[in-house]
Amino acid sequence: MRTVLSEIDASIRFPALFFVVSALAWLIIGSAFTLITAYQSYEPSFMAGCEFVTYGRLYPVATNAMLFGWACNVIFAIGLWIIARLSQAPFRNAGLLIVAGIFWNLGLKVGLLGILAGDLNSAEFLELPGYATPLLLIAYALIGAWGILAFRARQGQGVYVSQWYILGALFWFPWVYMISEFMVVWFPARGVVQAVTANWFSASIQNLWLTPMALAVAYYVIPKVLGRPIHSYTLALLGFVSLAALGSWTGMVNLIGGPVPVWMSSVSIVASVMMVIPVIAVGLNLYMTVKGARSDVWRSPALRFVMFGIMSYFFASLIGSVMAFRSVNEITHFTTFATGQTQHLVYGFFTMVMFGGLYYMLPRLTRREWPSSTLIFFHFWGSALGITTIVVSLLIGGWLAGNQMNNAEVPFLDVVQSMVPWLEIRSIGVLCLAIGHIAFALNFLWMLFATGTIRAKQGPTLLESANQEGAA
Amino acid sequence: MKNLPLLFCGILTALAFSLMGLVLSSYIQLGSLTQTTETLDELGNPIAGETLYPAMMPGAAQQGKAVYTDLGCVTCHTQQVRRAGYGSDVEREWGKRGTVARDYVTQGNVLLGSQRLGPDLMTIGEREDDANRHHLHLYNPKITSEGKSTMPQYSFLYQTRAVEGAVSANALQFDADSDYAPAAGYEVVPTQRAEALVEYLLSLKLNYSLPEAQISE
Repeated sequence: MRTVLSEIDASIRFPALFFVVSALAWLIIGSAFTLITAYQSYEPSFMAGCEFVTYGRLYPVATNAMLFGWACNVIFAIGLWIIARLSQAPFRNAGLLIVAGIFWNLGLKVGLLGILAGDLNSAEFLELPGYATPLLLIAYALIGAWGILAFRARQGQGVYVSQWYILGALFWFPWVYMISEFMVVWFPARGVVQAVTANWFSASIQNLWLTPMALAVAYYVIPKVLGRPIHSYTLALLGFVSLAALGSWTGMVNLIGGPVPVWMSSVSIVASVMMVIPVIAVGLNLYMTVKGARSDVWRSPALRFVMFGIMSYFFASLIGSVMAFRSVNEITHFTTFATGQTQHLVYGFFTMVMFGGLYYMLPRLTRREWPSSTLIFFHFWGSALGITTIVVSLLIGGWLAGNQMNNAEVPFLDVVQSMVPWLEIRSIGVLCLAIGHIAFALNFLWMLFATGTIRAKQGPTLLESANQEGAA
Repeated sequence: MKNLPLLFCGILTALAFSLMGLVLSSYIQLGSLTQTTETLDELGNPIAGETLYPAMMPGAAQQGKAVYTDLGCVTCHTQQVRRAGYGSDVEREWGKRGTVARDYVTQGNVLLGSQRLGPDLMTIGEREDDANRHHLHLYNPKITSEGKSTMPQYSFLYQTRAVEGAVSANALQFDADSDYAPAAGYEVVPTQRAEALVEYLLSLKLNYSLPEAQISE
């Protein structure tokens, strides 16, 4: 069994490392842009006077670099690796994957430069100009096909939970993206149908692309590290089926009170509230799986990140469900509260789980251990404290601003001013994230270009000292 | 799981359902909405009028809309008014009525937006009809907001140059004691893009009734 796994790892080593390097490069670039926009949001004179770095362009550049640069590349790396391992089938012609990866990243570069030059679209997450996205889709066709091929070449009968999620996501992503590009960017539909499609896209991309991939990683890494099976097959099935059925219905919550027929937002409200089913099913299942192994979870970098992510999934999704009620949405709509909830899910959950996946995957791909537990320590606390600060400041600030906004006696400029301290706190959180990301990138580069002593290191790198603090 | 066909059918139908339920049905319901001349009389019966609403946007405003889009104004500004009684949009006089789907049918690229770090702009052309005020606001938002605004400056849409002969007709008019006015002998003039953008902002109005959305007097 071991030999087979290392054979599979060897077959996908270079494409996976290529995607990881790309993902980390975009992560650092995205962090830098996010930091600039976070500062600009309350200090608008920063870099003013230069058209290319005006807030309205930098902000979409930052989100798109994070979504299509960091998130998609890291999905390609870990998702393909897990599906190959679970199918027990080495990749053939994996070199073609690198070609596809180059095209993906090239298309993204073209698109982001296009945004900076002013070719952006005005729908959230669909800002990449229409001339760049075909490159992404063509590149994806190859990458996705490789995932399906690896699955088809599988040995053995069983299909694992992680494979359900990865197969679903690999199928959903291109359709959701292509349909939305058609109806919003390439051949815009009339009127608010664009907005409906764009919100369908943003919900689907969260619930049918990022979420299933992160859950696949969680379902793979947790049993592997702890050496115990998933608690309940039934709960896993329930979590998967309910996510697939509900995930892409939730988007119109963003149009509550907007210029669309009421039935649309009503449908999405129902779906959003019902999203507690997959969340509780997955949360409970994974909690029962790790139960009693708290110190192991805390010591293992992979598990510590993954479980932080699962906790964020639980809370961010519950907040999302509450936010769907009309009376709550009346306050949170149009404020940073909604942004905070999205970032809680996309960073606190997805990105943290992916970090955990990388901590597990990279030693097996490079056959080297992580050089520094101190850098892991900085990475974890930078990310954990950073995202907590961001989410708390955006939620509280957004809630207060929403209440003021709904009181017509408060002048709008006073609402703007009252947001400033919260935006300042947010930017501290963004800085923490950047520090964490740099620590991670350093550790990774050190591992990649390791010298003899590190190469010879035996046994996995654990967070021992941190563990003692945590246990105390 | 061993039943692979079931898995694949599930994956397929999950997406197909929401695609039909939300995207395609909204397309069927709203994708062919047109302008209308109709309004309602006192009894609520539709009567045909003469003018088509919503009106088409003039050419100069269309160019300004492209500037609005390429600067990413939609990142912080919405263009949608919530109905009276839900939120405070109507009380804030951001519109006399809530917006409905038909209000957007003449816009090629819809700029609904989702964040209000700045105010809603659906009716900004009604609230502020002075082109010079708009120019001052874009040149430096602090001028028109007692320093409170967090909007970026779009000073790159303006040219500061020495006055040659008489002051240009389109030069920005600053208050006499303004800290932001150019030095003596200089003037700030809008570029063509700034002119177009202001033309667009002035065109943003919601001063007509539709059969499904009457302005209540």
